[in-house]
Amino acid sequence: MNSKKTEKIAFFVLFLATLLIILPVGLVVCIIIQKGFPAMTWQFLTDIPRQGMRAGGIFPALVGTIYIVFGAILFALPIGLGAAIYLSEYTKEHFLNRLIKLAIVNLAGVPSVVYGLFGFAFFVIFFKFGASILSGSLTLAIMILPIIITASREALESVPYSFREVSYSLGASKWQTIRHIVLGNAIPGILTGTILGVGRAAGETAPILFTVAAFYLPQLPKTIFDQAMALPYHLYVISTQVPNVDEKIRYGTALVLLILVFFMNLVAIVIRTQFRKKKKW
Amino acid sequence: MSSKINVNQLNLWYSDFHALKNIQIAIEEKQITAIIGPSGCGKSTLLRVFNRMNDLVEGVRMQGEVFIDGMNILDSKTDLVTLRKRVGMVFQRPNPFPLSIYENVAFGQRIHNHITKNSLDEIVERCLKCVLLWDDLKDKLHKSALHLSLEQKQRLCIARLLAVKPDLLLMDEPCSALDPQSTARIEELMRELKTDYTIIIVTHNMQQAARISDRTAFLLLGELIEHGTTSKIFTNPTKKDTEDYISGRYG
Repeated sequence: MNSKKTEKIAFFVLFLATLLIILPVGLVVCIIIQKGFPAMTWQFLTDIPRQGMRAGGIFPALVGTIYIVFGAILFALPIGLGAAIYLSEYTKEHFLNRLIKLAIVNLAGVPSVVYGLFGFAFFVIFFKFGASILSGSLTLAIMILPIIITASREALESVPYSFREVSYSLGASKWQTIRHIVLGNAIPGILTGTILGVGRAAGETAPILFTVAAFYLPQLPKTIFDQAMALPYHLYVISTQVPNVDEKIRYGTALVLLILVFFMNLVAIVIRTQFRKKKKW
Repeated sequence: MSSKINVNQLNLWYSDFHALKNIQIAIEEKQITAIIGPSGCGKSTLLRVFNRMNDLVEGVRMQGEVFIDGMNILDSKTDLVTLRKRVGMVFQRPNPFPLSIYENVAFGQRIHNHITKNSLDEIVERCLKCVLLWDDLKDKLHKSALHLSLEQKQRLCIARLLAVKPDLLLMDEPCSALDPQSTARIEELMRELKTDYTIIIVTHNMQQAARISDRTAFLLLGELIEHGTTSKIFTNPTKKDTEDYISGRYG
């Protein structure tokens, strides 16, 4: 075979492989929209589940997910950002620093069910928080920490060194430089990373399974020590644990979850593009 | 010791590289001193000794004494914040912060003092007037500093520096990013600043050193070859190396 022919074949095969990526994504989205859309009513979003979750809405699960995710940001963002600032601004390249970086990378690779088990043993049992929003949020916070740290570090390190140099030369301390000059320029990147982490947290089932998720809870949680329903777990329950649930309720729940995550990613993308447009150095 | 700066037996290493060798120089108050020499001779390194910016480089080691107004700034007890407030620096590339014009000038006050809005306004106005930017920019103080011309940016950086009230200005090739007209105007500004500030300028451009400086120091491979009044260095140098460099035989 001549090189022209192999070139054509290579191009075709590579193109096909790329095309195949679109197919499952497109199918998933299409099927969920097609089957879930009929369930999309205002009542579905604002009503509690009724008749053993075979009718009614998903309001407690939606609110529960928002609570849990919000709690996770509350814990993960300050800790993650603090660690990122320390790692990228204060430490030099040495053994401990490399170990920490390795730990963060590995933390990102831990299967989510392991986080669930850890959260159960540590927060639910050891700290006696019980199955509660607090336990669930903390567990999810640990899971998204690596995402937030990695994104924040990239954002901090992309701020040109010359800005820091000038700031020091004007007599600013390291912390003043970070607070006044570096952070302001890194915030969009940090936010993007946080939102991506949150998007991931919102869709996870395993970490919340043992730590917070209630099978069925018709009223909203009142304190952070209450259990709550959550969308991903609710979807699992009505799909596998409760017989004879109408298909449109199941797909409707999936669609709401999908829209929630998609919306968060969209916000992250918008922030990032806005930032790129404004960046001038 | 009437000089502003006295450098005594200064040696500096970057890890194994001996970058400054036995530097001995006195720098006079309210004059412009130019440091000239070919690339890599240690000009910028010497300049960065005076505000201890070399400290940010890993593996740097210094030996000797550098007195500014009689205080040895290489002493480990030296407060770098106080030192850098007194010894300001202008960099090669104009580098305003990605903030508004106003906030750029106000930065020094914001980090060093707790100050009222009114007096901050006054300081910003005074510093911008000093670098002749006030008339052009007074109506757009709250616009981003990143949209200014290069010359305006460099002037703004000088204004930002003056707001910290230094008495010594270090300039690291401040005109190398500018066109000839802008360069001439910045040089004019430097002559005006000389009445209130001691200025040390590192420059690649020998004509610039000849035009603006009162004294010139010639560095070669980390050694101070010759130091004296600019007219003497440029018309009647004592060392052969200096003469060769001045006449453009290398560099």
